[in-house]
Amino acid sequence: MPVLDAVEVSWQADAAPPEAGNALPLLHEIRHALLRLQQEGEPTLLDLSAIPFGPGDRDRLLAALGEGEVSARIEALGPTLIRETALAGVWLVQYFDPDEQELVLHIEISHCPRLLSTPVEDIDLALRQLDDRLDTQLHAQSDSEPGSDLDQPLDSSAPHLAG
Amino acid sequence: MAEEITLLESLRRRGVSRRGFLKFCTATASLMALPPALIPRVAAALEQAKRPSVIWLSFQECTGCTESLTRSHAPTVESLIFDHISLDYHHTLQAAAGDAAEHAREEAMKQHHGKYILVVDGSIPLAENGNYSTIAGISNLEMLKECAEGAAAIVSVGTCAAYGGLPMAKPNPTGAVGVSEIIKDKPIVNVPGCPPIPTVITGVLAHFLVFGSLPELDHLGRPKVFFGQNIHDRCYRRPFYERGQFAETFDDEGARKGWCLYKLGCKGPITYNACATNKWNEGTSWPVESGHGCIGCSEPGFWDFGGLYKALSVPTGNIGSTAVAAAALGVAAGAGLAAMNRSKKQAAAKAHETMTVTDLNKET
Ligand code: SF4
Ligand code: SF4
Repeated sequence: MPVLDAVEVSWQADAAPPEAGNALPLLHEIRHALLRLQQEGEPTLLDLSAIPFGPGDRDRLLAALGEGEVSARIEALGPTLIRETALAGVWLVQYFDPDEQELVLHIEISHCPRLLSTPVEDIDLALRQLDDRLDTQLHAQSDSEPGSDLDQPLDSSAPHLAG
Repeated sequence: MAEEITLLESLRRRGVSRRGFLKFCTATASLMALPPALIPRVAAALEQAKRPSVIWLSFQECTGCTESLTRSHAPTVESLIFDHISLDYHHTLQAAAGDAAEHAREEAMKQHHGKYILVVDGSIPLAENGNYSTIAGISNLEMLKECAEGAAAIVSVGTCAAYGGLPMAKPNPTGAVGVSEIIKDKPIVNVPGCPPIPTVITGVLAHFLVFGSLPELDHLGRPKVFFGQNIHDRCYRRPFYERGQFAETFDDEGARKGWCLYKLGCKGPITYNACATNKWNEGTSWPVESGHGCIGCSEPGFWDFGGLYKALSVPTGNIGSTAVAAAALGVAAGAGLAAMNRSKKQAAAKAHETMTVTDLNKET
């Protein structure tokens, strides 16, 4: 739409008075949550989608939190970005759909974000999978070199182990 | 037709991992405006959730509600919830047409009698025996009654289905009414809005999926979790209102500085909806943030409020003047509404809560 593109649009990100915004109350809430984590070991999750942010509020909040040293990306039902802020124990967890549209933004105040640690059910599954792989491995080797299979290290180039 | 498989199973079959499932539950909880502490409960419920059958009827409407939903920005969560429900009949979305479509509706009604959710968008014309709007030769009125009979619950999507909406605007030539004017013996959830916020529509369906029940409703049949908050109370321009700083035109200094839009006809003080938090267009913005007052689209009668740009008036009584006039005085005195004494402010707040369309058009 070249005609529309030619229209100059200007807007003021700082139209809301900073003292009216929601960044400051949230920082206080994060402080309470950090105290709880420190003293009782209890984690807190804040859903920022439920906060009525005015223009610039979110940026002000994120700027105040800063960037820390850990970041991780999870691929499950679209990406999820996990970043520790400059404040240790305060994490940003950003859920995206497969088109990289943000679904939910959480601030998680914990030692490690929930989604990052391995789900218990997956460990059961992992054990079964590994057993299957070991089985296949043993059979493959006993077929080709009877007698020597148990001394052999697992072949790390086997396709089912590579992934 | 709806199969008896659980949601977790259906996600697993699509290769969604446990973390993916957790993410789905997180997004669903957020969609339902539940506190994140309830995510484990949502997960436990969704693991077991069965696939409900849904029949969706569209009556006198503009298809904006369906558009709102199908163009919503959360395709993963929304479409997964949507895929999980068994949408057995929807005029606009289904591939079948004519007899085959009507047959699918009858089948679903028979097979899931007493258990299906009936979603309705659009109002129902009562004039001329309902002949203003018919589908497959059946009047909307007749079809609604027929489908409501075996429904577990009805969700009226959009202000038209909830309260009559634009088709009901004076002089209402078709005799349009909302669903609850006709069906009296079924639980009905109203999800008003013109259109309703897509995440709110799915949020209600998700509530049914997760808890197997309907959410708590307000006195107008709206889920409190989305409609419990007043636009004005959640508006980020509120401090300007309190200080009596109002935009007088759409391009004056006040408008540029983001002042309150009350004098430009904002209906935020009498409107209950989730715009200020859920926002529109991928969470980008909402009308007030874009510089236009709220038009009150989730309230009964908003179409006859008497002018989108006409400022609300507060009922007279102990305030002694409209809020605008009081505020204007306040501005002159350099103190704004904050200068009103406490009891007057409380009276104003109370008045806002009980204001009706008639009050709206009352000028002092
Ligand atoms: S009147 Fe409208 S713009 Fe002003 S504070 Fe209320 S909702 Fe916001
Ligand atoms: S701001 Fe008001 S009119 Fe606009 S969509 Fe929200 S409730 Fe409807």
